[in-house]
Amino acid sequence: MKKFALNIIRSPYFWSLVFLAALFAFNLAFTERFGVVEVKDGRLYGNIIDILRRSVPTMLLGTGMTLVIATGGIDLSVGAIIAVAGAIAALLARGNFHFMIIVLPPLLAAAVAGCWNGFLVAKAGIQPFVATLILMVSGRGVAQLLCGGQIIKFSHPAFEYLSAGYVFGLPFGLYLSAGVLLSVWLLTRRTALGLFIESVGINPVASRHVGISASRIKLLVYVFSGICAGMAGLVLTTEIRGADANNVGLNLELDAVLATVLGGTSMTGGKFYLAGSVVGALIIQTLTTTILARGVARPATLVVKAFVVILISLIQSPSFRAQVLRMGKAGEARA
Amino acid sequence: MKLKARHIPILATMLVFILLYAAASFYFPYFFTLRVFVNLFIDNAFLGVVAVGMTFAVLSGGIDLSVGSVVACTGIVMSKLITQYGFNSLAVIAFVLLLGTAFGSVMGFFIACYDLPPFIVTLAGMFFARGASQIISLESIPLKSPLLNRVADFGIPLSDRVDFPFIAIVLVAAVAVGTFIAQCTKFGRNVYAIGGSEQSALMMGLPVRRTKIGIYALSGFFATLGGVIYTLYTFSGYSLSGIGLELDAIASVVIGGTLLSGGVGYLPGTLLGVLIQGVIQTFISFDGTLNSWWTKIIIGALLFVFILLQTWISKARAFRKS
Repeated sequence: MKKFALNIIRSPYFWSLVFLAALFAFNLAFTERFGVVEVKDGRLYGNIIDILRRSVPTMLLGTGMTLVIATGGIDLSVGAIIAVAGAIAALLARGNFHFMIIVLPPLLAAAVAGCWNGFLVAKAGIQPFVATLILMVSGRGVAQLLCGGQIIKFSHPAFEYLSAGYVFGLPFGLYLSAGVLLSVWLLTRRTALGLFIESVGINPVASRHVGISASRIKLLVYVFSGICAGMAGLVLTTEIRGADANNVGLNLELDAVLATVLGGTSMTGGKFYLAGSVVGALIIQTLTTTILARGVARPATLVVKAFVVILISLIQSPSFRAQVLRMGKAGEARA
Repeated sequence: MKLKARHIPILATMLVFILLYAAASFYFPYFFTLRVFVNLFIDNAFLGVVAVGMTFAVLSGGIDLSVGSVVACTGIVMSKLITQYGFNSLAVIAFVLLLGTAFGSVMGFFIACYDLPPFIVTLAGMFFARGASQIISLESIPLKSPLLNRVADFGIPLSDRVDFPFIAIVLVAAVAVGTFIAQCTKFGRNVYAIGGSEQSALMMGLPVRRTKIGIYALSGFFATLGGVIYTLYTFSGYSLSGIGLELDAIASVVIGGTLLSGGVGYLPGTLLGVLIQGVIQTFISFDGTLNSWWTKIIIGALLFVFILLQTWISKARAFRKS
């Protein structure tokens, strides 16, 4: 137990966790009915459930993004992949097909998109930022092409279950993201895969010398990030029961990167923290909900978000910590 | 002048621009007129000015995501101060340029002094500037200033009917000044050095921190100048303008032959990158049956081709070295 507590305090996302806890404490104290969770028709309702439900897409993207960033990369195309997956799903949902026929092709398309990114990064040797920029720019164009420039609406109860469904009183999306997180955690922490990913991020040449195929690992994480984006796309599309190629998942790639970085994973690659990314995603959503619940105008969310991002990044920055320590010591010396 | 490998990307960009323009002129004879050519400069003036600043950030191996929001914020602040408070137009422009430069320096300070990733810091800057402009006004504010009306109407006559207007002059001037800074000053050489290898630049005793702060200050300045141009172009300020502009600017820089890993590239290439995007857009609006999403798809494809070309060149160079 003591070891566990020490691990948490030493973890790089400790301060993010503290911030999240402070945010919750603030809300419990000052936001009316924040902590209330009600049961209606066997389903749980409340602000906390709402925060969890709304952070599902960011958590899904964050899981994929964490692995990509751990290899020293970045995936800017997830927003565009969301749009493409959503467009395909909406077109199929109109045809009243079976659930699987609606869900599988978008995921396949997302995997192909991820594969394209991975190919450019791992085989063609293009920097990840640029390689994924290509799809980021053109992906939304492809989605608009599929939709014919219109918002495609559909009604398909089985498919809508993804965001409207409840299992044991909790929204289905939560189980989805928890399932993805758990399987990734098992795959990376109970097998050597996680170490491989980290070693590729820390030093690709050295990992090649010890026999890890850096390009295969990179290809894998981009495909996985693509699939995560595809799942997020399905959830977001069912939420509004329509595919809006222009706006769905807009700027979500930024939120996903943000969640990962707030979670203590360094953008230069190396060690990654899945739990940290979950904390990051929760911070982003809790912040938005808090500000809205306090009746502050929506624009202020962005400004507060900016300050929180800088603050948490600063606390996690080694050179900032060193400076604070120096200042503290200088103060002691003077006194 | 001997042709060097590093000149190939910019030559390729020029070739693509000429080919695209020729193809468009072949389809629509009216395309090959002075007016359409000048319009390319007018319609993309703000993008071009913003891209000049972005080129410096990219040359140093960084990125500036805040430019789109800064453009919106500039427009809102400018229109508000001039139209609603009646301040002197030129003083307001000087003030916003100062403000934008200061904003960029603050981001540069965080990036340089605390080793925070430029992506995250300028992302925060993007949130901040967008939020600030929405707090100032959610509605579009018209710009009412007789003085600025006259400034915007000013132009150098090129023929009987076509003028080279003020905002296009600013674009050309910005590219010229940017090129001068990059090629002929100590600061410019430091930028290239940092982009080539920050570690080596540090060991050579170059002022890495100061240069980095300068880079983002410069990027903030050009983004604000782009905002001023955009305001003169639309004669209003709106908090939602310039969304996604940072992407267009980055695409222009990359198509213009600058390596996103830093250290390689020329500013005039960025102007060509902007003009190429302009030609595609103009072609699509000329055609009328093609939809706007084709712009995105074609620009994506162009990005792909240029990036492959660059990767191939840098690999060839590495091969020759070894």
